[in-house]
Amino acid sequence: MPSYRYPVPPASEITPRNIFLNRRSFITGGASAIALAASGVNVLAQDQDARKLNAVASALSTDEAQNSYEDITTYNNFYEFGVDKSDPARYANQLTTDPWTIKVGGLVNNPREVGIEELLTGYDLEERVYRLRCVEGWSMVIPWVGISLASLIDKFDVQGSAKYVAFETLERPSEMPGQRAIFPVLPWPYVEGLRMDEAKHPLTILAVGLYGEVLPKQNGAPVRLVVPWKYGFKSIKSIVAINFVEEEPTATWHKQAPREYGFYSNVNPNVDHPRWSQKTERRIGGGLFNQRIDTQMFNGYEEQVGSLYENMDLTKFF
Amino acid sequence: MTQSRLWTALPEWALYPLFLAPAVYLFAAAFMNALGADPLKALENQLGEWALRLLILGLAVTPLMRLARINLVKYRRAIGLSAFIYVSLHLLVYVWLDQQQNWSAIWQDIVKRPYITIGMTAFLMLAPLAITSNRLSIRKLGAQGWRRLHRLVYVAAILGAVHYLLIVKAWPLEPIVYFGLIVFLLALRLVPARRSPGSRKRDPANASLGASR
Ligand code: HEM
Repeated sequence: MPSYRYPVPPASEITPRNIFLNRRSFITGGASAIALAASGVNVLAQDQDARKLNAVASALSTDEAQNSYEDITTYNNFYEFGVDKSDPARYANQLTTDPWTIKVGGLVNNPREVGIEELLTGYDLEERVYRLRCVEGWSMVIPWVGISLASLIDKFDVQGSAKYVAFETLERPSEMPGQRAIFPVLPWPYVEGLRMDEAKHPLTILAVGLYGEVLPKQNGAPVRLVVPWKYGFKSIKSIVAINFVEEEPTATWHKQAPREYGFYSNVNPNVDHPRWSQKTERRIGGGLFNQRIDTQMFNGYEEQVGSLYENMDLTKFF
Repeated sequence: MTQSRLWTALPEWALYPLFLAPAVYLFAAAFMNALGADPLKALENQLGEWALRLLILGLAVTPLMRLARINLVKYRRAIGLSAFIYVSLHLLVYVWLDQQQNWSAIWQDIVKRPYITIGMTAFLMLAPLAITSNRLSIRKLGAQGWRRLHRLVYVAAILGAVHYLLIVKAWPLEPIVYFGLIVFLLALRLVPARRSPGSRKRDPANASLGASR
């Protein structure tokens, strides 16, 4: 049954979001949703506890105004579910996220599979409120819940020759309509990569939650990368494989258009996308008359990450 | 000529409220913050898409007439002017809400961003067509000259579709379909007209053009 199982909202927002939820189930679920609506209240109440995550605040969080839960969960680029920003919210409910494992391998002496339970219970979860800047020129402020990627990497005996970390998204056409398209918009599975020092940087997290609850499917459930100083597409969603490698991985967007999307893809107002400017951005949530704001170097994280790119020509390594 | 009266039953003016209803809805929804998380882009993009749809409909009039005997020539001016209204609103939203009247950024866009350069070129080509879409202009330009001028719409439509292709990331289906439709409709003009016994020698699309304006 295509019922929506969004995380349940915090008490302050319960009424409006429940209305929103029910409305969406009606629209997408059709007749079967009517049955849900009858029993829906109970289902939601039961889910509430199961979906809550205990996270501690982090000093790395920004105190800027956070985007609403609705904005964050209805305006997504997740091409596995379609190219429209509304497609993920519409179709991601089909995705099975339990059971879920990440295969960790490559140049590592103790390769193994990491279950999602391990990430949810074996680490100290932190809330990280980060800016997210999309390469398309819009941005949000999002309260993720996650673990530092470094703390996972530290559990592995990585070989000295490993210079990069490669990530892979699930490929499951039966649950991902975008992967069933006759003309695929991107080569699947989606692949991303980081340099080892970027991967181990304290700002880099594996996110498992949003707004204090488990990650909604349209945002990359059950586990995704978040690298806040890079354009959003670097923050790969629904990860099923992490490999330590020697060569720079060929990331999906880089493969698609090497001139437009570099391996680094650091947020940089001084290096335009070949087809549009990156000098300013529109912060989502301000309505029709929202003023543009200046895009900051490394998305405002220059102090923390600038040193990673010292002596690099950022117009060349864009 | 044999053709259903159905196609011409509606008066021309009745098409304006029909065609402009989406614009009214879009602006109303955008002002009421009911177009999703990013109302500006939704408004801007939807106006652009309606412009393209109407341009395509306009380009379909002649082939429909010549190859399918469906005569919509009477409505061609309403279709064309509506398309131009959408392009103008699209440009207005870009200048006013997207770039927020930052004229230097707009100028940079026009000279540096091919998709804007191309969109702007298409707009500048459509403007004289909109201005001359009246009887007086046809008389002044002469039917020949008027028709020659209005062939600019072929170029403008192609540019509009290329503009769309240049905006998107990767190769989503929609802009490719629009582009393909336009190329198809232009190619149909190379197909010789169907003649029924007793039809006049002149191409019916051209023959009725002057009368409809
Ligand atoms: C014949 C003229 C034009 C047509 C048919 C047209 C059509 C379109 C279409 C179909 C889209 C994309 C819709 C979507 O993504 O769903 C679009 C987007 C856009 N157009 Fe146009 N357009 C025209 C002229 C212009 C002009 C004159 C400008 C500004 C100078 C302009 C600026 C833009 C911008 C900024 C976008 C949005 C790009 C983004 O997503 O950020 N267009 N247009």
